[in-house]
Amino acid sequence: MITLNVNGKPMSVDADPDTPLLWVLRDHLGMTGTKYGCGMALCGACTVHVSGQPARSCSTSLAAVAGKRITTIEGIGQTKEGRVLQEAWIANDVPQCGYCQSGQIMSAAALLAKVKRPTDAEIESAMSGNVCRCGTYNRISLAVRQASRNLK
Amino acid sequence: MNEFGIINLSRRDFLKAGAGLTLGVTVPSLAQMPGQGGRSVVAAGALEPNAFVRIGTDNTVTVIVKHLEMGQGTYTGLPTLVAEELDADWGQIRVEGAPADASRYNNLFLGALQGTGGSTALANSYEQMRKAGAAARAMLLAAAAERWNVAPDSITIARGAVMHLPSNRRTNFGQLAASAAKLPVPKEVQLKDPKDFALIGRRVTRTDSRAKSNGTAIYTQDVKLPGMLTALVAHPPRFGGKPKSFDAAKAKAVKGVVDVVAIPQGVAVLAHDFWSAKKGRDALAVEWDESGAFKLGSAEIMAEYKNLAATPGLPARKEGDLPGAFARAAKTLEAAYEFPYLAHACMEPMNCVVKLSADACEIWNGEQFQSIDQPEVAAVLGMKPEQVKLNMLFAGGSFGRRANPHADYLVEAVQIAKGIDGRAPVKLVWTREDDMRAGHYRPMYYHALKAGLDAQGNIVAWQHRIVGQSILAGTAFEGMMVKDGIDATSVEGAANLPYAVPNLGVELHSPKMGVPVQWWRSVGSTHTAFSTETFLDELAAAAGKDPYQVRRTLLAKSPRHKTVLEMAATEADWTTPLVSARVGDRRGRGIAVHESFNTVVAQVAEVTVKRDGSYRVDRVMCAVDCGLAVNPDVVRAQMESGIVYGLTAAMYGAITLKDGVVEQSNFHDYMPLRMNEMPRIGVYIARSSEKPTGVGEPATPVIAPAVANALFAATGKPIRSLPIRIQT
Ligand code: FES
Ligand code: FES
Repeated sequence: MITLNVNGKPMSVDADPDTPLLWVLRDHLGMTGTKYGCGMALCGACTVHVSGQPARSCSTSLAAVAGKRITTIEGIGQTKEGRVLQEAWIANDVPQCGYCQSGQIMSAAALLAKVKRPTDAEIESAMSGNVCRCGTYNRISLAVRQASRNLK
Repeated sequence: MNEFGIINLSRRDFLKAGAGLTLGVTVPSLAQMPGQGGRSVVAAGALEPNAFVRIGTDNTVTVIVKHLEMGQGTYTGLPTLVAEELDADWGQIRVEGAPADASRYNNLFLGALQGTGGSTALANSYEQMRKAGAAARAMLLAAAAERWNVAPDSITIARGAVMHLPSNRRTNFGQLAASAAKLPVPKEVQLKDPKDFALIGRRVTRTDSRAKSNGTAIYTQDVKLPGMLTALVAHPPRFGGKPKSFDAAKAKAVKGVVDVVAIPQGVAVLAHDFWSAKKGRDALAVEWDESGAFKLGSAEIMAEYKNLAATPGLPARKEGDLPGAFARAAKTLEAAYEFPYLAHACMEPMNCVVKLSADACEIWNGEQFQSIDQPEVAAVLGMKPEQVKLNMLFAGGSFGRRANPHADYLVEAVQIAKGIDGRAPVKLVWTREDDMRAGHYRPMYYHALKAGLDAQGNIVAWQHRIVGQSILAGTAFEGMMVKDGIDATSVEGAANLPYAVPNLGVELHSPKMGVPVQWWRSVGSTHTAFSTETFLDELAAAAGKDPYQVRRTLLAKSPRHKTVLEMAATEADWTTPLVSARVGDRRGRGIAVHESFNTVVAQVAEVTVKRDGSYRVDRVMCAVDCGLAVNPDVVRAQMESGIVYGLTAAMYGAITLKDGVVEQSNFHDYMPLRMNEMPRIGVYIARSSEKPTGVGEPATPVIAPAVANALFAATGKPIRSLPIRIQT
């Protein structure tokens, strides 16, 4: 049994320590908001926060996050960055197929938690690890800027 | 039953708990598929009703949407049509995906078939869904008139409120639903005059944005049934390979692995969860039978295509006297173009959940082609198509992939479930690598173009030879869309070249290769728009003419093309020279226009080429004529989306084979465009009161030639193969 804290709740998991956090969340804890896109830290669909830092959960083992504080898309709305981002995402109808968007919002939330008013270049560098095959990038950067302005 | 066939289903078996009024619309005389020349099929049982609207006593309006939501906005567009005629409040609209039932949910542009594709979802539903909404409105209105004992025409309905203003009475749909359900369906309904539209033509917010922003939207990947096993499949390394033998001992020793079964497609490892199945598959030893495997590489395939292009193909179009025109031409130009295989690479790799019982098969899937999937799955199981129940979930992208003409990944999932005798529900999951290497690619193509100019530089002759696999050969569509050996999807965009050229020939070779191919967002136009639009710029350059003005002249009789062309050029300030930000940078502007799926798109791309030969696309101005834009913001989103998808392919897209083995596997070697490479995009929608046409695909094919033409303008060197490589 390995324990971790997910969205403020302590949870214990009976899985091999080498299991990626992504599959722990999805298959063992039944939290499916975090998505699988590549399994190789190339697309960002699986982005979560580990101790406040963005991490690709497909390439982060359970052992590495034992006892750590994890935030996922299911919990990010409880933070002020997550809330303004989700509002901006909806206001601008950012999602198309939507499959990449959990990861996009998690990367954006990590950015805004660190830099309240990011420059365009900072947005670009924080978000370029997240692939969107539907091509919602321009709306994503618009929504991040709008969320940043709404962040008190 | 009235003239357009709306009947009241409330008292039939479609009535669900909490539902007051359910309306169905019968299949009208089937529309013809545009461009397919008068095909008209009447579905068997055309009087069978199909339900589109459900008004609950809780005042919700549920719209049953017959088309897959894969990002393109069907779960917003189709409900908008119903809500408009119903005068509903947008906030009371709910959406439900339709079940598989082609007698009620067929695509009116695909005859009797139920499916989503060819940018038809909104276009084929435009009147059908409005009528469903209008009929519901009429019944609610009649119920209110009866309840209040007033004349129906003294009642007003607006934004979900039903009012009798003279007596200041007011109610809502929910309170009227039960009594409206007892009323007959009106004999006929009057659709609104477009000038009275309150929702159509304006932006309403997407119905799926919230669920897709908080992680609650459910995709196939997220389905979990009690006792379900996750399956990964070891596939043969080459197309056409088969499992010969395997040793499951090591795989079965992995904790969590439950079973290993051979299926025609490979060897499946079933486990309680993905990671165990993955480790099990890694441990599996399989020997492959490669006697029927395809072993050519991309270079060999292209060499063969090149040879074929030197010989005449089957005629797809013939105008005037081509040999005579070439003989008389003052100048002749030739160019050849090469296109690689392309994977769809949807963000959600293919997957499928199957639950088998003795007399039924239930499937959860980003379901795109019910009328193919039902019989294909049924054939594997020895069932009747209607025993296959299909649950249509959100799809994490498709771009054509999920409408597989052989139901490939569904059949694979069903084979696994059958392989364990249906003991447990099965979720087949493809890894990104499986998805990338599974084939069903946009085919490779080779184009040879030759044109003759007269002394004034006018184009007097145009010969276009296309070589590439037929997408439709061997599919259910072969009989319908392959005529005299010409696969319509191989030559679309070339055979209907819009330019006024007097002597013109388009020919096709359709060699067979063992690589499975499939339609890919905008299908034939993915290559024909590129070769025709870049060759035209080469001809303009050879004649010393402006490529925009050349197009304007040649499109004098194509008003829709001309309009969007002029819009894009104007928005881009075509005549104002571009300035370079840095010494040594070269800038260029390129234009392209192309019609696909009855929608015309023009784009102007602006590029900067640096000294080291690297380039970036700075800005794209995109103009579109898609008839009436039901939701202008969704139209904009689809233009943006198509541009990114097409630009990704133009800059990076290539699936290559070496000795029959696919060389790419994941996003490091099949690269997607990322945010830091994004151009600014402006979208301009032509005003139109014509019926809406599709927007999911038509922006895709235009961007590659627009960018290539911009690079040609910047460097003077034409781009003749994709993905783009700049010669320094
Ligand atoms: S799934 Fe983790 S980065 Fe792609
Ligand atoms: S919205 Fe589809 S991949 Fe981003």
